[in-house]
Amino acid sequence: MRFGVVVFPGSNCDHDTLYALRDVTNQESFFLWHKEHDLKDADCIVLPGGFSYGDYLRSGAIARFSPLMQQVKEFALSGGLVLGICNGFQVLLELGLLPGAMLRNKNLKFLCQYVPIRIENTETPFTNRGKPGQVLHIPIAHFDGNYYTDPENLKKIHQNQQVVFRYANPDGSLSSAANVNGSMDSIAGLLNEQKNVMGMMPHPERASDLLLGSTDGQIIFESIIHYLKNDR
Amino acid sequence: MIDKHTLEEHGITQEEYQEIKNLIQREPNLTELGIFSLMWSEHCSYKSSKVHLKKFPTSGKNVIQGPGENAGVIDIGDGLAAVFKIESHNHPSFIEPYQGAATGVGGILRDIFTMGARPIATLDSLRFGPLSHPKNKSVMEGVVSGIAGYGNSIGVPTVGGETYFDPCYSLNPLVNVFCLGLAKKENIFYARAEGKGNPVLYVGSKTGRDGIHGATMASSEFGEDLEEKRPNVQVGDPFKEKLLLEACLEVMEKKLVLGIQDMGAAGLTCSTTEMAANSGTGIEIDLDLIPQREKGMTPYEIMLSESQERMLIVAKKEKIKQVQKVFERWDLDAVIIGKVTDTQNLKVFAKGQAVVDLPVSAVVHLCPAYQRETKPHSPTQTAVCSSDVPLPEEYESIFLQMVRSPGLANKKWIFRQYDHMIQTNTAVLPGADAAVIRIKDTQKALAISLDGNSLYTYVDPRTGGKIAVAEACRNLSCLGAQPLGVTNCLNFGNPEKPEIMWQFKEAVEGIAQACRAFQIPVTGGNVSFYNETEGASVDPTPVLGVVGLINNVDTLISPEFKEAGDCIVLLGETKEELGASEYLKQIHSKKCGPVPEIDLEIEKRVQKLCREAISQGILQSAHDLSEGGLAHCLAECCVLRKTPIGCQIQLDQQIRTDALLFGETCSRILVSLKNKDKDALFALAKKASVPFAIIGKTGGKNIFVRHFGETIWDIPVQKVYSLWNNSIPDTFHVK
Amino acid sequence: MKVRVLVSFKESVLDPQGQAVKNALLTLGYDFIEDVRQGKIFELELKDMSREKIEEMIPEISHKVLSNPIIEKFEWEVID
Repeated sequence: MRFGVVVFPGSNCDHDTLYALRDVTNQESFFLWHKEHDLKDADCIVLPGGFSYGDYLRSGAIARFSPLMQQVKEFALSGGLVLGICNGFQVLLELGLLPGAMLRNKNLKFLCQYVPIRIENTETPFTNRGKPGQVLHIPIAHFDGNYYTDPENLKKIHQNQQVVFRYANPDGSLSSAANVNGSMDSIAGLLNEQKNVMGMMPHPERASDLLLGSTDGQIIFESIIHYLKNDR
Repeated sequence: MIDKHTLEEHGITQEEYQEIKNLIQREPNLTELGIFSLMWSEHCSYKSSKVHLKKFPTSGKNVIQGPGENAGVIDIGDGLAAVFKIESHNHPSFIEPYQGAATGVGGILRDIFTMGARPIATLDSLRFGPLSHPKNKSVMEGVVSGIAGYGNSIGVPTVGGETYFDPCYSLNPLVNVFCLGLAKKENIFYARAEGKGNPVLYVGSKTGRDGIHGATMASSEFGEDLEEKRPNVQVGDPFKEKLLLEACLEVMEKKLVLGIQDMGAAGLTCSTTEMAANSGTGIEIDLDLIPQREKGMTPYEIMLSESQERMLIVAKKEKIKQVQKVFERWDLDAVIIGKVTDTQNLKVFAKGQAVVDLPVSAVVHLCPAYQRETKPHSPTQTAVCSSDVPLPEEYESIFLQMVRSPGLANKKWIFRQYDHMIQTNTAVLPGADAAVIRIKDTQKALAISLDGNSLYTYVDPRTGGKIAVAEACRNLSCLGAQPLGVTNCLNFGNPEKPEIMWQFKEAVEGIAQACRAFQIPVTGGNVSFYNETEGASVDPTPVLGVVGLINNVDTLISPEFKEAGDCIVLLGETKEELGASEYLKQIHSKKCGPVPEIDLEIEKRVQKLCREAISQGILQSAHDLSEGGLAHCLAECCVLRKTPIGCQIQLDQQIRTDALLFGETCSRILVSLKNKDKDALFALAKKASVPFAIIGKTGGKNIFVRHFGETIWDIPVQKVYSLWNNSIPDTFHVK
Repeated sequence: MKVRVLVSFKESVLDPQGQAVKNALLTLGYDFIEDVRQGKIFELELKDMSREKIEEMIPEISHKVLSNPIIEKFEWEVID
């Protein structure tokens, strides 16, 4: 499968994401420069983590105006798979491809740590290789990951099973302490209505090597590949 | 005319001014004086330390570049080189903690990528006043968020370091930042301006009136006019630096440039003169071409500005278009501002007029070196007698008090604010003896340890210096890494005071001796003097950064106990040594010696034994004994695990119980291993002539310690974990 | 012409930074503080343009770029 990893000025997980896809998962993967207009026939577009444009206005707020993002938007609206990780999630929110917004973490500090997240929905292109309720250990590293949306939208999101991951305790239970950044309903990963666009705050590319502590992130990449091969 | 007042403002003595006039055969103008004031400042010229720093061993078979460049370079095989350096940003971090620390990170990163290396890790050595004082807390919060704000954005993991607290740092916090980079051996770049006529390019941020006189500020004591110095601190722009990093690495990878130098402290002045002086050439620049952020800047201001995120590049004429294209792609300025000449002078023009014309060697190399007066300073050398320290009636409360003291408690509150996993190479998470960064596409990994114990160096600077090196190396050995090279950051008070100069001289001597014993070259570093406010100086604080190599990352082990039922063995011998320990300081409020003895030959044997045992795969864990002694080491082995595990310890040594538990005898490592591997370890230890003792086994829910028949404590490990883990967060309002 | 745009969280959105400032003020003994909301100020220097155009464009960029309408609101004024 062909994975295109978008590089904005200030992207800093671009190399890690490419490495996880190309060298660990053995997929044909390449960078897409934000100033270009061509998605190079990618089967899946990945918006990596980082601080696009320094996040100086709001996280992800300027990246959405990049020329390439128009193509990404069209690609998504026509059913193409788009995965936004961390800053990529924030860009997808700013772009309006996913509902809601990000606030500063509840403790007002940058947080970098492994977190357990629970898979809420396995009938998606991004989680079909996981088990319902399975707990994955994947690191987070962000300042603005406190998910917010208005109550009406929240209801819709749940009704439509758009929540993919929630911050949980290692045993899978939910609690306010486990909800490290204060996200509404502990939301850690979210789909659009059509379920072809997913944003997640945890970094699956950082959980792709046992030497570093976890390979749980591979479930997401393998799910995408499985979906593209079989279900598309 | 330069008058006395102007000289004072520039920190130049009458004698130095006379020397300047002799060197240039005339009076300098104000801009030229400004240039000398920067380059002849302590920070840039090392005028007080030079004569002593010569004692460091600087060569070795793996050394590609020793001191004198932006960073040291060590060959690590496979065509790769480790590029590393440590720098202090103490003074700015006190004035403005967030920006001071942030620009400290920015500066050291530039030192590394200027050499053609991609920065792969940073570590910090931080010292603050006690957290009981709100001001110290806010300085610490600011410094930590500053480091996080810069490092996290630019995408270089902050993987470890050390944090220590003492009242002597209340008005003089220390912020030392270490950076490690990885480069291809054939692609190392230096600060050179070669080839007459080659263009000189200015790249990166525009120049503003930032931090004018920052370098001279770092070379004078703080007085009460601190408030006025505030505007001298620069604001960092990590986003710009990220672009600069990518663009610079791209032009170097494509071999489009000949020489490159960053404009850190001393800005345009330092980069132009050093590049020319290193190559025996001259440089001519036109200030009208410099990209400027503010209007109406004078030549003095432009030459002395310390605006961040800027670089100077020398390239061949025919490559300029390609260089500019790369920078344009990254939305950065890349402007030709002058050319290389063969005059050996720096010539600066503004509005058609020559405003500076100075021989670069005078500016860079001919600053006087001072052999400053020294006078022994041994405040509390008087050995503490055992009778001065009453034997405690019980140990449980002491143990718990030590575990939760901020210097020994869990630093997670700090490092979870740092992105320590980005670049996906962090094989050992912060909190272990050293950080480990694997090198993708090889079996290798680099380990880094930052270490210094100012209590030791305060009591006995020479032995303290030796122990600092030994301990940093021991930290590496505990992970199985062979020490390769060292950089150091020497934080001291005012060198014009003979007692301070003595501390410096002694510490350098100790470090040099230890480095020679371990055969690790010093490849560079930084001296930070004048860490004094209102006459109160910091304790002498040399910080050692040692880089080591792990050949097979699969053999890597970590400090925490692994499984219940493993055997716990203490390598090395425990002596009755209580002097200069955390225990004396925390429990008995004594800051006195003698520091533990160190025999470098024994130290080497213990470390080699540990590395061998690790490479043979017979150890489950290894952790070095340092501050807090055996008791704290045991506690960490139990609580560093994902879910804490207990242990049962039986000690049978005829010395004071407190010395046995909390004494800080050097050259000891605590290991755990499967019972079946015991004989193999003992055989290795006997062969290496290293004494050892089986002291217990892992498992259970308590940390249970006995000395002969007597129970010293039996405490639930969960309780120890909570105290250790919550101590620092509990002192802050927002966890 | 200079325009000032003030962007702040909508009333219903939790403002953790404002809360932190509030707590700090209360801790320092300023007990008359009821609540704190934090915002951002943008000062925009404009080229010569008509009042009408300003009335049209400033709300547009405030809505589209400077604020995130999901969580933020804005006000603006001409300051000179």
